[in-house]
Amino acid sequence: MTPMQAAARQRRMLLTGNHAAAYGALLAKPQVIPVYPITPQTPVLEKLLELAEAGELTGEMITVESEHSGMAACISASLAGARVFTATASQGIALMHEMLHFAAGARTPVVMVNVNRTLASPWGFWADQTDSLSQRDTGWMQFYCESGQEALDTVLQAYRVAESVLLPAMVVIEAMYISHTLEPVEVPEAALVAGFLPPFEPTLRLDPGQPRSVGGVTTPAQWRQNRLAMQEAMTLALGAVAEAGRLYGELTGRAYGATESYRTEDAEVVLVAAGGMAGTAREAVDRLRQAGIAAGLLRLRLFRPFPGAEIAEGLAGAARVAVVDRNCSVGSGGIFCQEVRAALSSLGQGAVPVLSYIAGLGGVNVPPERMMRIVTDALGRDGMSAGPIQAEEL
Amino acid sequence: MERFLSGHSSCPGCAVALAVRFVLRAVPDDAVVVVAPSCIGPMMGPVPLSSVTVPVFHTAFETSAAAASGLARAYRARGEQATVVCLAGDGGTFDIGLQALSGAAERNEDFVYVCFDNEAYQNTGNQKSSATPWGARTASTPGGKRTRKKELMEIIAAHRIPFAATASPAHPEDLMGKVRRAGALRGTRFLLVTCPCVPGWGIGDEASLRILRLGVESRAVPLYEIEDGTRYRITHEPAGIPVAEYLRPQARFAHLAEADIAAIQAEVDWRWEGLVERAGRRVAGGAPIGEESRA
Ligand code: SF4
Repeated sequence: MTPMQAAARQRRMLLTGNHAAAYGALLAKPQVIPVYPITPQTPVLEKLLELAEAGELTGEMITVESEHSGMAACISASLAGARVFTATASQGIALMHEMLHFAAGARTPVVMVNVNRTLASPWGFWADQTDSLSQRDTGWMQFYCESGQEALDTVLQAYRVAESVLLPAMVVIEAMYISHTLEPVEVPEAALVAGFLPPFEPTLRLDPGQPRSVGGVTTPAQWRQNRLAMQEAMTLALGAVAEAGRLYGELTGRAYGATESYRTEDAEVVLVAAGGMAGTAREAVDRLRQAGIAAGLLRLRLFRPFPGAEIAEGLAGAARVAVVDRNCSVGSGGIFCQEVRAALSSLGQGAVPVLSYIAGLGGVNVPPERMMRIVTDALGRDGMSAGPIQAEEL
Repeated sequence: MERFLSGHSSCPGCAVALAVRFVLRAVPDDAVVVVAPSCIGPMMGPVPLSSVTVPVFHTAFETSAAAASGLARAYRARGEQATVVCLAGDGGTFDIGLQALSGAAERNEDFVYVCFDNEAYQNTGNQKSSATPWGARTASTPGGKRTRKKELMEIIAAHRIPFAATASPAHPEDLMGKVRRAGALRGTRFLLVTCPCVPGWGIGDEASLRILRLGVESRAVPLYEIEDGTRYRITHEPAGIPVAEYLRPQARFAHLAEADIAAIQAEVDWRWEGLVERAGRRVAGGAPIGEESRA
């Protein structure tokens, strides 16, 4: 399809990130949608209910009594063979934690949007990635989106990947910066999506006509086997994400990968960031380049499965790597940085100096100037730092 | 049709196993079962075996009613016929699962929920639940429980669901009749089935049903049903024997003094009077209670 043809089959709308995510869900035609409101995710729920009221969304909406119940309903509905969708944030995803493990272990391709928001206590309503990152060991795939457009596009890709490897997927956007910001979004027409995302028809499911059990008691060996199969599925997902991103690009003109390298070829310093902050980093890279500083950006879009080899390749030539985390694993530091360091080390690139910067915790704004200061700070160091560096203190 | 096969893993003489057998005999052919952690989980068979001829989904402890909501909605969305049936214990219903059950009942989700009430967490070795009666000794109330049993049926009734009933595996026709009635209705339907637990209650493995009958005849375990949360009907007229006859054969009550037994008798009488009053009273918008209202 030519870019012109692709453009003709999409409708430009002015949408918030939340509403873009809701349109992504609408286009995926979920059959069961259990949701519970939480700030700043609530507009996703409201938009879906509005679309259901108007008859555009035909799935069963269940306005559940808690996020924990919501995820439980997602899991069982998925096992019955329905495509399911839900959305949450912050305390909601924390409450779901038990069921997130359950969803992955039961191999249900649930797709969920999570709006990255601070976790209490104390209360806050702003961007912070710790809510989703603290679910990293649940067996869910995790995509971090830079914009509302990407959220819509990624919801559709997430279904395709999740249903091909039978693992749940989380599509993540940041509170307020993306969830509540209006931007023009290209909404593909239904027929375009239909070719990309066929209906969900699992071969094994909870069928009223078949006495087949799901989730009974296992032996240690059977449990281990289940975990190994999940690990293998995550490996397959790396390929499936790449394929889905490429194919989606052919249809819509917007291709995606697990990572995105921006001006990294000859970069002396490479910033590594995920989510909306990556857009700020890109702006900082351009300004630094204008000032004669060879900066680049490696954006992490996929966090689980972790695209370690792709990251190692992207960072191979860098003299300094500065990972910017809008999260903090208390007692350790930035979570993305830990993962990048571990991947480089396990791939024999432990010598690449990786500095850890924590920026924008609790929703503090991170302007391009702060990203630029991170780069100049990294250039001034020998590539070492005892602990994470607080970007707000530079 | 027999859907629960022999060779499962319950204790000898387990009343829950018998009750599960009766319930599954009476459910529609298109049943899909949701099981929460309880003695029923292992009874359904370890992977890859199964003791039942219906599909079973083993969900998390708090989630029977939420998982049932998702299943029922999924089959509806797919245009498939299915009767979703939850089999849960008292811990998974009175306690940890109550939020999900209340949420689903408020939405009037389409499933049959059966709570097998053996009055404690028996699967983990007999710790008290909020279904444990006053005075009963459990591993977590070694001196005897000092609070009352939660009135779950009243909580359920307050949701005004189409059908709720109590039942007993010692009264199989009554039990299966209620399951059949529930199976033929739509919306949230609830059954509370009292089931003696051999080690938990401290009784012989031949004693469950005999003791349960004493419970029913003493009015400690009344058998009744509630339509739309308002129309009560007593389905078995008890003889009204002293509650001591029910309590004395159980080791969990062995430490009780005569005064304690008298206090329990007073509570049983008070509860029974309340039930009789509700079953006999006219309710707003409803028919008079009794046989004539069943037309
Ligand atoms: S512990 Fe009690 S309820 Fe559980 S299987 Fe044994 S007798 Fe039945």
